[in-house]
Order: sequence, then C-alpha cells, then structure tokens
Amino acid sequence: MNLPLSGDEPARLGFEEALLQHDPAELFDRAPCGYISAAPDGLIVAVNQTFLSWTGYTRSELVGNRSFQELLSPGGRIYYDTHFGPLLAMQGAVREIALEVVRADNGRIPVLVNAVMDSGADGGPKVIRIAIFDATERRAYEHELLRAKDAAESAEQRAVGLARTLQETLIPPRPPDIPGLDIGAGYRPSGNGDEVGGDFYDVFEIADGDWAAVIGDVAGKGVEAAVVTALARYTLRAAAVRTTLPSNALITLNEVLRAEHSERLCTAAFLRLRWHGPDWVVDMASAGHLLPLLTRPTEAPRPVGRTGSLLGVLRHPSLTDSSVRLEPGDSLLLYTDGVTEARNGGEFYGEDRLLSALERHRSLAAGDLATELVTEVVDFQAGLPRDDIAVVVIQVPASGP
Amino acid sequence: MAQQYIYEMDVLRRLNVRVSGAPKAQPIVFAHGFGCDQNMWRFVAPHFEQSYKVVLFDLAGAGAADPAAYEPDKYSRLDGYADDILEICARLELSDVIFVGHSVSAMTGVLASLRVPGLFAHLVLIGPSPCYINGEGYFGGFDESDIAELLDSLDSNYLGWSAAMAPAIMGNPDRPQLGQELTESFCRTDPEIARRFARVTFLSDNRGDLSKVSTPTLILQCRNDAIAPVQVGQYVQQAIPNSSLTLLDATGHCPHLSSPEETIEAIDAYLTAHTQS
Repeated sequence: MNLPLSGDEPARLGFEEALLQHDPAELFDRAPCGYISAAPDGLIVAVNQTFLSWTGYTRSELVGNRSFQELLSPGGRIYYDTHFGPLLAMQGAVREIALEVVRADNGRIPVLVNAVMDSGADGGPKVIRIAIFDATERRAYEHELLRAKDAAESAEQRAVGLARTLQETLIPPRPPDIPGLDIGAGYRPSGNGDEVGGDFYDVFEIADGDWAAVIGDVAGKGVEAAVVTALARYTLRAAAVRTTLPSNALITLNEVLRAEHSERLCTAAFLRLRWHGPDWVVDMASAGHLLPLLTRPTEAPRPVGRTGSLLGVLRHPSLTDSSVRLEPGDSLLLYTDGVTEARNGGEFYGEDRLLSALERHRSLAAGDLATELVTEVVDFQAGLPRDDIAVVVIQVPASGP
Repeated sequence: MAQQYIYEMDVLRRLNVRVSGAPKAQPIVFAHGFGCDQNMWRFVAPHFEQSYKVVLFDLAGAGAADPAAYEPDKYSRLDGYADDILEICARLELSDVIFVGHSVSAMTGVLASLRVPGLFAHLVLIGPSPCYINGEGYFGGFDESDIAELLDSLDSNYLGWSAAMAPAIMGNPDRPQLGQELTESFCRTDPEIARRFARVTFLSDNRGDLSKVSTPTLILQCRNDAIAPVQVGQYVQQAIPNSSLTLLDATGHCPHLSSPEETIEAIDAYLTAHTQS
C-alpha cells in the first residue's frame, strides 16, 4: 500500500486512523446514499441502513418480500416498467432516473437512481445493484424550474395574444360600407405577427357624404409604437371634425407628437372624400408618406398629390393640400413602405412593380385588389415579410352609387 | 411545403421499418409499447426469422421514427397508430399477418384488425389492457391521479437531458460525442411526444372493441404485472370471442425482455397448435 505524504507525520497519522475505520460492510450500510441489491425481477436481496432510515422500513419487511419497483409511487412504477426496467435489460445500466420512493408511513421521498444489471458467467442477468440518492431539494428546485418554464411559456402566449388584440384595435377588422364608394383594405404584420407593427389605417365618416381616409406608419415596433399609433389614429379622428383642410389635421398631429417630448416620428397621408354628384372630390395631404396611386379607366396608374415633411420633427412642417376628382371607375391606392420596400435578396418590390400590378389588376373590385396586392408582396418575400404591409383601396364603382 | 413532403414520406422510412427473415414466408409484425422502441424485441424477434418474414418498426414519435412526421392530431387517438400498422402492411403487401403487440400496441392491433377484417391471421397480445383506469365494476389498476403522477415522472426525467438529447433525437451522425447518448436513446423520446403518448395510452378505453374481434387471439399474461394485472388479462380473454390466455411465469410488464425464451415458447406453441388445426 502506498502511504501518502511521507515526511508529513500528522497527515500520515490521519490517513492511518481513517484506514482503520474503513470497512466495506460499514461503507455499504452507512454510505450517504441508499443501496439495494435485487434479483433481476426487482426482488430485494439486500438493503443498506441508510435506505432503511430514510424510508422507515425494517430490513425483514423488504428483503425477500418486496421488489424495488413496489416501493415506488404508482406513476413511478409505470415509469419503471416502461423505461427503467427495459433500459436495464437492454443496456445493463441506467442513471439519474428521477423517481419517488413511498416510505413506510406513506410519505414520499424524491430520489435519483442509478442502477446496473450484473450478469453471471453464463451472460444472463443475475443481480441489479441500485444506488439511490435523496433528491428532495433538487426536485423542489426542478419543480420551480418547471413552473418558471411553464410561466414563461404562458407569458409569451399572453404577450402574443395581447399584440394581436392590440393590432386589431389599430387596424379596423374590415372597412366601413360607404354609399357610392367601394373600400378594400389589407394588412399583414411583419414576421409571424407576434409583434405589434407601426402601420395603421383608418376610414371614418365625418358627416353625411363626407369621409376621411388615413394611412400612416409610426417609427419602431412593439408597445411603444402601438401607443403612438393609437395616439395618431385618435388625434386625426378628432382633428378631422374641427378642420376641413387635410394639412391642418396633420399639423395637429405634429403638435401632439412634439408635445410628447419624445422621439415619436410618424408618416401619414390624410384624405378627405366628399360626395359631389356622381363623383367624389378628394382633398389630400401627405406628411412624409408615400403618395396615393390613382388608376383611371383610360390612364396608366400614377401618384397624385405632393409629399411634405415627416411628423414629430419640425415645429412648422411643410405640407401641401391638393385635390383630385374621383369619377366612376377611378380608384386610389393608399399603401405603406412595407409594399415598395419589400425585398427579395437585394431587390426591392418597388413602385414600378406596384404600378404594373395595378395595371394588371385594374378590373378587380377594391377588396379583391387589396387582398391580391398583399399576397403578391408577401410572396415576393418568400412568405415572411420583414416589415408590416398595409394597403387601402378606394374605388368609385363604374355604375355609380 | 416541407410538411407536405414529410407527410407523404414513405412509411418504411418514416417509422424505421426493418424487414428480416424468410422473405416469402408468413409475415409476423412486432409492435412495441409505450416507453421504448423496436429494440424491445431484440431477444425474441431473431428466433422467428427462420420461419417467418419478420417486420419491426418504431411507433410514431419513438425510437428512430422520423420526429418531424409526428402529427399531434393523428396520434391523439390510438386509431392514428392503427392506421400506421395498416399502412405498413399495405406498403409491404402483407397478408395472413401474425401481429404481436405489446402493451398499448396490443390494443392498437385490435383496432387495426377491426378496420381491415381478414388481414390478420392471429393477434398475439402481450400484457394488453383495454382500459388502465379503474371504473365502475372494472379494475384497470390505476386511478387518474396515478396517471398524472406518471406525467410528472416523465417531466422530471426529461428535464435534465431533453436539451442535450435533442440533437441525438433529430439524428446527428456527424457529432460523435453524442454516441454515448445515442446508445441510451432506446427509451428516450421528445418530452412533449412522450407526454402525449402517455395520455393516449393510459386514458384510452377500448373495452367496447374487444367483443368485435374475430381474429384468433393469444393473450400472454405475466404474473405480478403492475401495468396490466392478471385480472385485466382475464377480462380481455373473456371479452375476445376466439381467444386463449397463457399465464407466463415471467413477472413484470415486459416478458419479451425478462423471459424471452418463455415468451418465444408460448408464441410458438400457440402458432403450432393453431396452424395444424
């Protein structure tokens, strides 16, 4: 035997003393884990004192009378029969199996179990050697972990649900019915739709035969953007009642955004639609927003209006009102940059593609056209848009109201 | 599109079907139960290769079955698993099939035999239970709370290694350090799938189907089987019209692992007797 630390007398004495205390039988009985030897069918043939102390059984209750699996909770018993036992039989060992041992007083001890199946000279299974570790604290911690994981998963689900609900309040589920106008709208959030985007649109009545249509894009995403989006939408609704000029409504929004003292930027186009005989007169202003595209039966689609300053930046934004007459058969498209800036590799969807899509689909009704455009742009990005896509189509039916 | 492709993937690859033995002989199909995979048959199946065409497979979501092909809806009922058995038989153009099903797959075999009458020559049900939960006038062996405990047990046992195991489950031959885990993967399944399968297995009630079985049936019953107690085996035998029960000396729930010789002898004896008659 090698004695360590030659020359270090106290250490040598300590070693010798411990060696005198060492006894394999003692180690078996007093080891800080439970030991069980069992026949291949699980019948207990030997058990150590530690296991008996933990569980409150007497040696004679267990040895020759009970199988290891009979000491497990019913659920653990099924796990033993469907996993533990088959693994032992097939690969001769299992480790770190979490089970619960039922004590003599019916209490439970969470344990971690390692086991080996030893074979005899004939290769057949002869004995299962089982080491059992008290895992009360660890199991409690694992339950905490599981609970935390479940909580995190449900929190995520709630957040997604909240984002969707919020989005629905910012994007009307379907456009209103307006006598003499055909309105179609389409919206597709970016990615898988888990986050609230910054695009918004709105179509609402100011008075009889007097309507407003709004489209805009707030910088950023998520709840911050949603707050500004809601603010923008309701500010424009309120402003529309007090002013007839679209630029004035946008200036009101500019003041509100600037008064919030935060970097809240937003583009918006505001259109006021008034019924004049068989036509609609549309007054419009755009604050940094993409200009509406006008399609007439005998003309190629083209942008109308003049674009002005982004909102939330300048004290006096430069905005220009312009006017266009929508005759039966005419149609206006409002859209956000999620359409034209959609990318496929390095290539943008772009205004040219959009104009030719309008040309191609000029016979479609407003709702169908909106759906078709959104589909095309989503497909262009292989189904996973990186930005929100919003379109609103305003058509004067060819037959008139 | 990818999903579509997977659904249409060949059943032989999807369920890791292995065919061995005498190619032109009568087919014997082994279906493993809840917990492990076709390795469960390793001590029993080779014996039958001399005289039968032996078909082994992994249940959907188990062993080396394609995890991507696990459809939660389809496999929320035992019928989904029965469909797979029938699909394998059709794909391999099997007839006059001897079906050997362990545990939950015993009931799946019963369901498959009802779906296509005449396809199966014999059913061999090892440790079958038509219903694990005790009911009025019925002893299944478990209360619902026991099953809830099993689900907890599954959760605890997957907690530690599920993340580490995921690559092995997905099949990653170019990572040799996973070799050790792979050898221990027989009984390891995606935790979510294991949970679902445990529910389907232990909460199903197919007592009403037993009396409709017309295929001659052998029930192999172990002594001291906690999952399918002797009373349950007897219940099955009494309910299936043309059936017999062999009580094995083997204990536990997996005689094909713990007492393969006795299991082989019992199946052989039954098949010999019934083929001659």
